[in-house]
Amino acid sequence: MQLTVEGISFRYGKRLPWILKDVDFTIKSGQRIGLLGTSGYGKSTLGKILAGYEKPIEGKVLLDGRALDDKGYCPVQMIHQHPELAVNPRWKMRQILYEAYTPEEKLLQQMGLELSWLNRWPRELSGGELQRFCIARALAPETKFLVCDEITTMLDVITQAQIWQFLLEVAEKRQLGMVIITHNPELGKRVCTDVVRIDELGT
Amino acid sequence: MRSKRTVFENRRIQLVFWVVLALCYLLGIFFVGLGVKESAYGICFEDKFLAPSLRHPFGTDGLGRDMFFRCMKGLSTSMVIGILAAVVSSFLALVMGILSAVLGGFVDKFINWAVDLCMGLPHIVLLLLISFMMGKGMKGVTIAVALTHWPALTRLVRSEVLQIRSSLYVQTAYRMGKSPYQVAVTHMIPHVLPTYVIGLILLFPHAIMHEAAITFLGFGLPAEMPAIGVILSEAMNHIAAGKWWLALFPGLLLLTVVVLFDVIGDNLKKLWNPQSGNQ
Amino acid sequence: MKKENILKVEDLTVSFSRYQKGFHKTSLEVIHSLSLEVNSGEIVAVVGSSGSGKSLLAHAVLQLLPQNAKTKGEILYRGNSLGEKQSRKLLGREISFIPQSVDYLDPLMRVGAQVQGVYGTKERQQMLFQQFGLAQDTQQKYPFQLSGGMARRVLISAALMENAKLMIADEPTPGLSVDLAMDTLKYFRNVADQGAGVLLITHDIDLALQVADRIAVFYAGTILELAPTEDFVKGGQALRHPYSRAFMSALPQNEFQPLAGSQPYAGNLPKGCLFAQRCSLCDEQCKSEDAALMRQVAGGKVRCIHAIDQDRNREIGNRHQAMAGI
Repeated sequence: MQLTVEGISFRYGKRLPWILKDVDFTIKSGQRIGLLGTSGYGKSTLGKILAGYEKPIEGKVLLDGRALDDKGYCPVQMIHQHPELAVNPRWKMRQILYEAYTPEEKLLQQMGLELSWLNRWPRELSGGELQRFCIARALAPETKFLVCDEITTMLDVITQAQIWQFLLEVAEKRQLGMVIITHNPELGKRVCTDVVRIDELGT
Repeated sequence: MRSKRTVFENRRIQLVFWVVLALCYLLGIFFVGLGVKESAYGICFEDKFLAPSLRHPFGTDGLGRDMFFRCMKGLSTSMVIGILAAVVSSFLALVMGILSAVLGGFVDKFINWAVDLCMGLPHIVLLLLISFMMGKGMKGVTIAVALTHWPALTRLVRSEVLQIRSSLYVQTAYRMGKSPYQVAVTHMIPHVLPTYVIGLILLFPHAIMHEAAITFLGFGLPAEMPAIGVILSEAMNHIAAGKWWLALFPGLLLLTVVVLFDVIGDNLKKLWNPQSGNQ
Repeated sequence: MKKENILKVEDLTVSFSRYQKGFHKTSLEVIHSLSLEVNSGEIVAVVGSSGSGKSLLAHAVLQLLPQNAKTKGEILYRGNSLGEKQSRKLLGREISFIPQSVDYLDPLMRVGAQVQGVYGTKERQQMLFQQFGLAQDTQQKYPFQLSGGMARRVLISAALMENAKLMIADEPTPGLSVDLAMDTLKYFRNVADQGAGVLLITHDIDLALQVADRIAVFYAGTILELAPTEDFVKGGQALRHPYSRAFMSALPQNEFQPLAGSQPYAGNLPKGCLFAQRCSLCDEQCKSEDAALMRQVAGGKVRCIHAIDQDRNREIGNRHQAMAGI
């Protein structure tokens, strides 16, 4: 499978400057592309457009040549920098995890998630634990591409290594395509198959 | 370790205790008032201007009517109006707040304009105008009070809906294939409901005060009906003559009712919000 | 310059009372007997994962904890006990604070005036804004008009307005570009070199390695190891605690090797050593109360009974050899 953006431009308001201008980008299944670059160049925005959170003002997002469907489960899922914002604080972890699909218990064990945590509130878990729930939630069988926006930036290095070790394994096995947004070049070198600098995309 | 002392220091128990106590008091007045027969506060010229005693705990007025039962009846009438007003106003607020946040654009602008307009006018003037237009009396007061208490709550509902609509977890739910209906039922309503219910409870004291105020000014309930507003305005004529009980007891009763509704609303808010409940 | 003890935290314990199901009230200990010193001219970094309670340390020192928190232990600022009153008086003058959340800005006040505060001057504020790449018109703006990165730079400028004796920075760099983060760190170095003490709280070990003089490894609510930064740069046996070693080898530029398991949850902590469940060196001894005590080993402090003083071992070894020679 192949996820392509063609000539997309984006800005948040008519009078505001362009954040992305005429950007082309392609990723294939099994590829892990690292998006590096300083903040303010629209790395997150590009990720949000790929995953359907934002609509580009100009240009197209295509999955195998067809436009992404607005309704139904999106095959491009996104994991965010702050997991505590990506879960409903009024829900228990069980409800949060099972919102999209029912993950196998094996997957939870592999990720080091304890079943007893399912009865907790989000505020009773650490950032690393929450992030693992968010990752498990995004790995429904329909997921073909994964956008990871600084997903371990706020975590300690041991948790970071744990999470990436697991994600790389899953990505290999399921031939996921991954867009990895990070500011850390060392991490990019470790986990990506290709590295792109955001300021080199588009014009 | 749960000794007697920790039970009293336990904030949650305190909160629930106050809520239950206030509810008992308010429901008590409400049902006593409903059950009072007209004969209990009938005219009796032999007993006029009696100071408070065991037989007439709140004394009697210039026509010899028992003030205790008149107050009870009046307060329960006020509460009926309060409930009607709170239900209508909060329903209006819910619908307008959600429409404003979800549709945005022109609808949002219009509703905001209406909110600003109503909040910009002195509330009492608006009440008087509507009540007068509707022919005063029970009907006029109820409509006036019901139609003027939505702006603040509308604003609150709108901001809550806006906040949750832009939240990352709602956006993620859409990306996971959830329909707007599913998102509304599972995410939005449970988020808005607590704010809404507390807003509704806090509407009561306003509605009751305003009913009493327009009745006091002569634009509300008719003079022959037992109502706190009527009682207080009559009492004004006799205060200078030393008939202190005519104003004191009805005034105090009105005040406690209003304060207790406030207590219930505030305490529920704390119970619902675990952060402040922990303190 | 003579080294002065700026901040001394002794045996600090912080617990929260909270409600579980219904009316059951429990107490949750989130920081346990933590001791830490910051001297003049040095930057001490406290490194740990987010959500592990590092920020509470800063809030405890500044007396900013919510009402349902209870603290035990002592906090000394330049030798004097730091209470709520003193903290109020010193904050913004002798003590400056860079909070983690940008919500600390007053939403109804222009940021220029906010940064100048009560004691600052306009000149210094403009100079700082320029240094941190904030345009001149920024000072006329309200907080909601700023981007996340700009707001953070505003907070940093505010903390640098006064020549503080103690600066506490809680996660100061997320949202900043690499260059700006480096500039910020240089500023911290300057502040320290002028004789102040800096307490830097961060999850980013790379950051700590670049500027700190000493690093404290924060785990499950307390400090497991406190050692000079050189020891962390050397890594391996130069470090005293197995967790610190695992920490360093998990870095992407090192082995990128994760350690299994997760931090124990406050309220469900093991007896004795907090790290015992994940430790390869763990034995019966580690479950004793004694194992959790902080001890002095080779110029650093560590909570591990298996920590070995390499220098002293060598010394003892030499002595044994010498005796065997006789």
